[in-house]
Formats: sequence, C-alpha cells, structure tokens
Amino acid sequence: MPNLADLTAVPGAPGTTPPSAPAPPARRPKRRGRRPRRIESEFRTAVSPHRLNSPGGRIVYWTVLVVVVVSFTAAFVFPLYWMVTGAMKSTEELVRIPPTFLPSKVTFDAYAEAWELMDLGRLLGNTALYAGGAWLFTLAVDVTAAYALSKLRPVLGKLILAMMLATLMIPPMVIMLPAYLTVKDLPLLGWDLLNTPWAIWLPAAANGFNIFLLKRFFDSIPRELLEAAEIDGATPGRILWSIVIPISRPILGVVSILTVVNAWRDFVWPLLVLTDDEKMSVSVGIANLSAQMPQNVLIASLVMASVPTIVVFLVFQRHIMAGLTAGGLKG
Amino acid sequence: MTTVTMRGPRHRDDPGRRRNQRRRLAVRRNVTAYGFLCGALICFAFFSWYPMVREVVLSFQRTNFVDAPVWVGLENFVTVVQDAAFGPAWKNTVAFTVLALVLGYGVPFVAALVLNELRHARAYLRLVVYLPVMLPPAVGVLLFQWFYEPESGLFNQVLGFLHLPPLDWLNSTDTALVSLVIVSTWMNLGSGTLIYLAALQTIPGELYEAAELDGAGLFRRIRHITIPQTKLILLVMLLLQIVATMQVFIEPYLLTGGGPENSTVSVVYLMYQYAFNFGNINGGNALGVMLMIVLMVFSAVYLRVSREDES
Repeated sequence: MPNLADLTAVPGAPGTTPPSAPAPPARRPKRRGRRPRRIESEFRTAVSPHRLNSPGGRIVYWTVLVVVVVSFTAAFVFPLYWMVTGAMKSTEELVRIPPTFLPSKVTFDAYAEAWELMDLGRLLGNTALYAGGAWLFTLAVDVTAAYALSKLRPVLGKLILAMMLATLMIPPMVIMLPAYLTVKDLPLLGWDLLNTPWAIWLPAAANGFNIFLLKRFFDSIPRELLEAAEIDGATPGRILWSIVIPISRPILGVVSILTVVNAWRDFVWPLLVLTDDEKMSVSVGIANLSAQMPQNVLIASLVMASVPTIVVFLVFQRHIMAGLTAGGLKG
Repeated sequence: MTTVTMRGPRHRDDPGRRRNQRRRLAVRRNVTAYGFLCGALICFAFFSWYPMVREVVLSFQRTNFVDAPVWVGLENFVTVVQDAAFGPAWKNTVAFTVLALVLGYGVPFVAALVLNELRHARAYLRLVVYLPVMLPPAVGVLLFQWFYEPESGLFNQVLGFLHLPPLDWLNSTDTALVSLVIVSTWMNLGSGTLIYLAALQTIPGELYEAAELDGAGLFRRIRHITIPQTKLILLVMLLLQIVATMQVFIEPYLLTGGGPENSTVSVVYLMYQYAFNFGNINGGNALGVMLMIVLMVFSAVYLRVSREDES
C-alpha cells in the first residue's frame, strides 16, 4: 500500500539516514584510553555488530572501507577529474606520454574556444528551452490527468489509465520511427513539428510513469479533505489548485526533476527531430561536431554540457534518488 | 460516487429530483474530468498509442509518403532478414545484453551489499556512484571515446603503467563490443546500486539477529535472508536491464558506427540505418516489430512479477 510517506521518505527504511545528510560519524570526545573508537551501527545489517567491533572485525571493516572508497573514487570520480583537467591542458600536453596528472600550466583556452567554435551558448540555451518547456507541459498535462483519474473517476477512467500504463511496456526505441513520422506530419492536422520545440515538449508529456507516480500520490490524499472543500462550493479546478497541488509538493518535485533531467540528457529523440544546426540540443550538437574539433576543445565542451545536470544533481540529490527508487521498486 | 451521495441529503424529501440531481452531477463530473484529461489523451494518442499501431502497420507496407502506401505482406521482413548485417545485429545485441548482465547485474548488488555494511562515508559513496548516471549519455560515451584512444588514451596509459600490452579497444573486432559494454555499464551502474541499497535497507534487522542466534554465519545470512528478501527486486531489475540493454543504440552510433566489420552493429542501430541511411523506413519498422515481439516477452514476465508483488 503506497502512501505519502513512501515517496517523501524514500529510501523508506526505518532508521536510515536520508540520502542527502552525511552519515554522522561517531562523534564523541576523544578518549585517551586504550580502546579504539567503537564502530556504531544505527540499524542491524547482515554483519553482526559484535563481530564488527571485535579486533579482527575492526581491521576487516577499515580495510574494506578504504578499499571501497578508493575504488569508487577511482572508478567514478577520476574519469570526471581527468575530463575537467584534460580540458585545461594544452593540445601538446594532452597527447604527452606519460600523461601529466596535473596540468603543467592551467589554461582555460579550450573552454573559451569550445564556447566559441561549437556555439555552446546557443546549444545550451536550446536545451534549456526544451527542458523547461517539457517540464511545464509535463506538469500541466500529467497533473491534471492524474487528478482526473484519481479523484474525479470518469467513465472509462480505468481503461484510460491502463492504456497509459501500458505504454511503459513499450520499448521507446521500437516506436521511435513511427513517432518520428508523426512529428514530421501530425495526423489530421498535417503540421510539421520537426525542428520546433513542440517536437520535444508534446511527446515529453505523454509519460506513463509520471501519470503512475502522480496518481498513486493523489490516491493517498484523504477524500474527506476534498469533500469538505467541495461542500464549500469549490470547483474541481479550484480544489486541484488550492488543495491537491500544495499537498503534493514532494511528488511534484520528483516528477519535475525527473522530467527536466531526462529532457536534458536525452539524445536519440532530439537527434531525430532537431536536425537543424541552429535547433540542436547540446548533446546532439556536440556529437555532431565532435569529429571536427581538437581533442581538448571537445573535452571542454563535454565538461560544459555536463555541468548543468551535475549541479542539479548535487542540489536535488534527495528528490532524484527518491524518484529512482520509486521507479525501481514499483515502475 | 461518494462525492454525489455527500450532496444527497439536501434533497432527501424528493427521490425523483434527487436522482435527476445526481445524474446531472455525474455528467458534470465526467465533463470536468475529460476536460482535465484531454491534454494527456491528445499527447498519448499522437505520440504513444498511434505510433504503436503505426509501427506494425508500416512494417507490412511500402510507402514513400507521396503515393498511397502499398501492402506488401512480409516483403520488408524478408528484405531485412536477408541483409548481411541482420545476423550480426542480433548476435551483437544478445552478446551486448549478456555481457552487460555479467558486468552490470551482479556488481551493483555486491556494491550495495558492501555499502549497506559501511558505517562511514555512506553519503559520499552514494553520491559518487550516481555521478556517471547524471552525465548526459552522449557526454559519457564521447568521454570514453577519448579514453579508448590507442596512443594517448587513458586506458592504454594505465595498461602501460601496469606493464601490460595496449589494447585496440574500439578498433578491433575482438574488443569493440566489450568496449561498448564497459561504457554502458559505467554509465548505468549507479542506479542499480542505489535501488538495491534502498531494498536492502527495508530488510528487518530482527531477521539477521534471529539467524545469528541460530548460528548462521555471514554468508549463510546473506544467502538465506538477504537474497530471499530482495528476490523480487532482483528479478525486476534483471528484466528491466534486459529490456533496456537490448535497445542499445547510442554507444554504437557514436563510437563505432557498427564497425569494425559489423562487430558492433545492434538491432536498433540497424533500424536507424534502414530509416535514415538506406531510405527504407519500412525495413526499419520490420526490425522494430521483431524487436518489439522479443522485448514484449520480457515485459510480460515483468508485468507478471510486479503483479505478484502487488497481491
């Protein structure tokens, strides 16, 4: 039974630290005694806390900790470090063997050149426009739809919901070609949406997963709350705006961030529908020019293309991980 | 329905009027509901439901989007199957999926098991493992293209540092596919790890305590408590990963163009080529239908599994 708490406090385990808060180290006044500091356990896991604090267990624990921290840093941070510093090296230094660990002379020329040559300002601006619009459309369309399905329960509502959720079972790549044809020549209307932001915005709103997350959350809002407002004469639109949306801020946060980040990271769909150099998204634009650029300029452009998503991640970590586990456990 | 009955008592004196009133309210509720739904219905109809149907229809037609489409039966399927790249595309896609499972399925679970035992640096490790997931995939792939450079690339430098012979990575038929799997795994490892970690944290600690009192050692506790308790999520992730990796496209598209010698061409990449390089979109649709049938099997199993979870 999913409820409000499920989504606000994911990973929803009793007694876990929230993802954003650093694990509190066992902070206690340093004893000058012979006993080393105890390894505190907040909750019970597979390893027994007694074994953990035996002399042998302690050695194993600290060894494993160091190995994990070092290997994770090497595997996941070092490539990014190599990317950021690689773009600070001159072309000659970049191909030097053996490579320099630190740039011998830090230069931001490659960054400036990438900005200029690849017209990154425009690419980033385009992508922001696509992601921002996708966000607005997704919220407007999916929130109202999920509210209608959850609280107004129209005739055939169950069927509509099932059909929307069924799209989650369709591998997106498989319908990429007919979706492209649809955007190229919109059925009934005959509009050509290629190279317009609509080609990103409208398909982004057709997201079964958002409908699923939102509807599940709205279902958990107590009926009495809405009925009270209805008796006071509030229209469904008013109820949605003044009661449902303010209560639903946690899930709206999750949906917003998922939508913006996905729109920003997407590659294949913009590759198909935004082929005009002027209209490309940043990923496609960089990939398109990658073969013609000097190595350090290309790397600098990669850094700049990833800064926005990384910053969003650092700021909204908690929401992103909540969305991830909501998807993984129930998607 | 409750909304309507709530209003009922006001007119409890006149049953006929009350029924009318109720019907009027129901109609109004439905009209409002469909008003709210229309945006989503339009978006889904145009960009999900219609393309699904059209995918199948187009695979049985020949069309140039000027003349009326012609029904050609299985001709597109025959064309595609006879393509020299057809066999390699399926073989590579399956090999990619299997290799990605070998690297990318067990590792996140083990990583999550270890992370769950650590009492320090947890926030840091969780953050770090997810960083590559947040990079735009094109950035991750192009970054690895640079790492794979034969001369100055990071990987051959590291191999040289360890006194190992350099590899040809993307340029050799032996290593190209594995190289793609490495990029893909690096970019996706984080989500699996964090999902497993969240699942591990829901296991009640008493289970471990009880098992310990019964004399079960660490590995038996993992085998008889941790794994059964996370069985469902493990199965779900397995199916999701298979469905996701069988759609591999961006890695061959950006890194190898399907080469060398078709050793990295994938089904979706071939599909893309049919539509945008060979000018035969119907061939692409035929490939798409084949892939859809295969993936639907996994999706159906997934649906079964998650249903069991609900009940």
